[in-house]
Amino acid sequence: MARTHQEDRQNLGAKKFNMWIFIFTSFMFFAALSSGFIVYSGGKGHGLDVIMPRAFMYSTAVLIISSITLFIASKAARQLQFAKQRQFLWITFFLGIAFFVIQVYAWYVLTYKMGVYFVNPNASRTFIYVFSGTHLLHVLAALLVLLNTIKGTYRNIPQVRNLYKMEMTSIFWHFLDIIWIYLYVFLLLNQY
Amino acid sequence: MSTLAVHDHGVVHHEEGHEHHHKATFLNTYVFSQDHKYIAKQFLVTGIIMAFIAMTLSILFRIQLAYPDKSFPLLETLLGRFAPGGRLSADFYMSLVTIHGTIMVFFVLTAGLSGTFANLLIPLQVGARDMASPFVNMLSYWFFLIACVIMLSSFFVQKGPASGGWTIYPPLSALPKAMSGSAEGMTLWLISMVCFVASSLMGGINYVSTVLNMRTKGMDLWKMPLTIWALFLTAILGVLSFPVLVAGIVLLIFDRSFGTSFYLSDIVLNGQVQPYVGGSPILFEHLFWFLGHPEVYIVIMPAMGISSEVIAVNSRKPIFGYHAMVYSLIGITLLSFIVWGHHMFVTGMNPFLGGVFMITTLIIAVPSAVKTFNWLATLWRGNIRFTPAMLFAIGMVSFFISGGLTGIFLGNAALDINLHDTYFVVAHFHLVMGSAAIFGMLAGVYHWFPKMYRRVMDERLGYLHFWLTFIGAYLVFFPMHFMGLDGVPRRYYAFTEFESMKRWLTVNTFITWAAIMSGLAQVAFIFNFVYSIFWGKKTIQNPWNANTLEWTAPIEHIHGNWHGEIPTVYRWPYDYSKPGADEDFIPQTVPFSQTMASNLPHDFEDNPAGLEHHTQWETANKANEQVK
Repeated sequence: MARTHQEDRQNLGAKKFNMWIFIFTSFMFFAALSSGFIVYSGGKGHGLDVIMPRAFMYSTAVLIISSITLFIASKAARQLQFAKQRQFLWITFFLGIAFFVIQVYAWYVLTYKMGVYFVNPNASRTFIYVFSGTHLLHVLAALLVLLNTIKGTYRNIPQVRNLYKMEMTSIFWHFLDIIWIYLYVFLLLNQY
Repeated sequence: MSTLAVHDHGVVHHEEGHEHHHKATFLNTYVFSQDHKYIAKQFLVTGIIMAFIAMTLSILFRIQLAYPDKSFPLLETLLGRFAPGGRLSADFYMSLVTIHGTIMVFFVLTAGLSGTFANLLIPLQVGARDMASPFVNMLSYWFFLIACVIMLSSFFVQKGPASGGWTIYPPLSALPKAMSGSAEGMTLWLISMVCFVASSLMGGINYVSTVLNMRTKGMDLWKMPLTIWALFLTAILGVLSFPVLVAGIVLLIFDRSFGTSFYLSDIVLNGQVQPYVGGSPILFEHLFWFLGHPEVYIVIMPAMGISSEVIAVNSRKPIFGYHAMVYSLIGITLLSFIVWGHHMFVTGMNPFLGGVFMITTLIIAVPSAVKTFNWLATLWRGNIRFTPAMLFAIGMVSFFISGGLTGIFLGNAALDINLHDTYFVVAHFHLVMGSAAIFGMLAGVYHWFPKMYRRVMDERLGYLHFWLTFIGAYLVFFPMHFMGLDGVPRRYYAFTEFESMKRWLTVNTFITWAAIMSGLAQVAFIFNFVYSIFWGKKTIQNPWNANTLEWTAPIEHIHGNWHGEIPTVYRWPYDYSKPGADEDFIPQTVPFSQTMASNLPHDFEDNPAGLEHHTQWETANKANEQVK
């Protein structure tokens, strides 16, 4: 009986589902922002008219690579290669940091090189910062989740939990990857 | 956004929480409890306290409306600079209206209602030990409490609470210097709402996940009580619409504090031209009402679910049209996302678009009417027990009808030009979502009080509470329709000073006294509530002879809800007064094999083996009869 109690109290599946619903909420948040952009840029003289800095292209590449490394880490975890799992988790983590840095650098380019300021009479341009900024906050949260998963690999936790943590991290991280690609493509399509 | 960080922490930490949660300490049992039943009580008590605060605020501004030029020295003693010379200041009047609306809509009828009953009923009625993630569930309550504290703390800042109305439209709310209520009070309002949304999302995510993943054996979706359907769809609404509010608020915060121009354009403030160019306040209205309209269904759907359950139990009849009830809820959920434009008919919207929103709005009347007729049909020839909970559930139906009818007028783009922003709107939503939802909530409190506190609330005080509140609410809100038709605008500090509206002063006085009466009626409730928690009559396990699963759990609260295995479910929750049954209720846990005499062919729709068995039994039985 005690065992059944333990089992039906863990609910790892239900918790993973929590993550999926959370991703829905987050998706709605970005959908709201981009529909806000569409409504706003429909106004007269509200076009974006900014060529996106190249840095965004590099950051996109970094983020895609980080998704691949995380996938490799997941695979390693499933095949019980824990050293490899940990190694690729760290690589993913540092690629995440790199993404963060490049995004901030892109803001620097936008502000100081291109004169596209955050406080802007044309709020379409402010939206570039809002999109990338709120996305970066998500990335920050994901980096914390990633760190926690890495911590788990040092603590010798049961494989069930290890896989569970890997899956939670993966769902979140790949989602952030996809949402950034969506935002970037959205900005590219609207840049003229 | 802060939601995200928080949620992840939840995921991160609760794993550790698991290993230790068997050591019960004072702190983790009575304060930072992760038990859904206790969190439900925390939500309920906080919600009730917030409701009393918001009700007091409403009585304060009603006094101003009834006696616009009388001085009440007591008010100055109590409120100080907000009521100089014993009269409410105009700024403070606006704050009162704003905070009353905010607290009632979000803190009482969203968190207090969904938070209480989703937490209490979802695990107990679907047969789960707790929520999907008890830790995130606990965080949901604490974020709610923080939001409450921040919201109330705005009464203690220099310039007073936010006063732009609960919809906080920019440009007024985006310019801290525009009026005193747009200063620090508005900042606190926005911070509080971000915490509130974080709380709602954490709660909602858990509710959806628990309903979909953790139902006990046999509990398929079509065996769920309507409370669960309603709370489940409410949670889905919240999960999809609250993030949009956050997006709108984030942009508003940027406009207020960082000088961006999302919502601002061509502003002249105190004779000074402001640097904002190009923004569109209508954008905020779109983002706000994309949440705002689903929000009114977030408020009413749990009340509908609770009423359905209470009415079926106390009519001793199956709910009429169970499937129609569920499909109506689903219809309302879907439609609620495409009607937000009816709040914006007079913003200069393209009349064609207005027409589209009008049609979608009027279509919502269909599922709403289906539900109403089903409630009435459930009552029809029922063996009705008028418990206080039942009275409140019937009251909910009454308010939903009388308030819903005026919605048809307001949803009409042409009529709305005349009625927009008048007391007609105030009357409409206070009946249809204010009073109806609070009655649903009170029905739930009276009905599930034994489950929460192991005691029963006093019936006679319940009747007193019901009749005074029911009559009072109609006396308060019904006359407002006529004021609105006469063109009296909402949110005016002293409209009876205008020559054309002077005659409404007597009606205002009448409404105020009716409001004071219904306010006093709540004392009967709060006394009953507190008294019954400690000294009420002890309950038996299933005091209402109800079918649902929560009444099979032991009276004593235990972590995990059931000793041993979670019961299995065999039938839908509405087998009341089934012909041939020994008693007038058959709990969901009773298998069909134990109730051969009352089984019907349609009980075995998806179960051919069972049907065959049933037919055999029937023929055998018939043969026996003939022998006799």
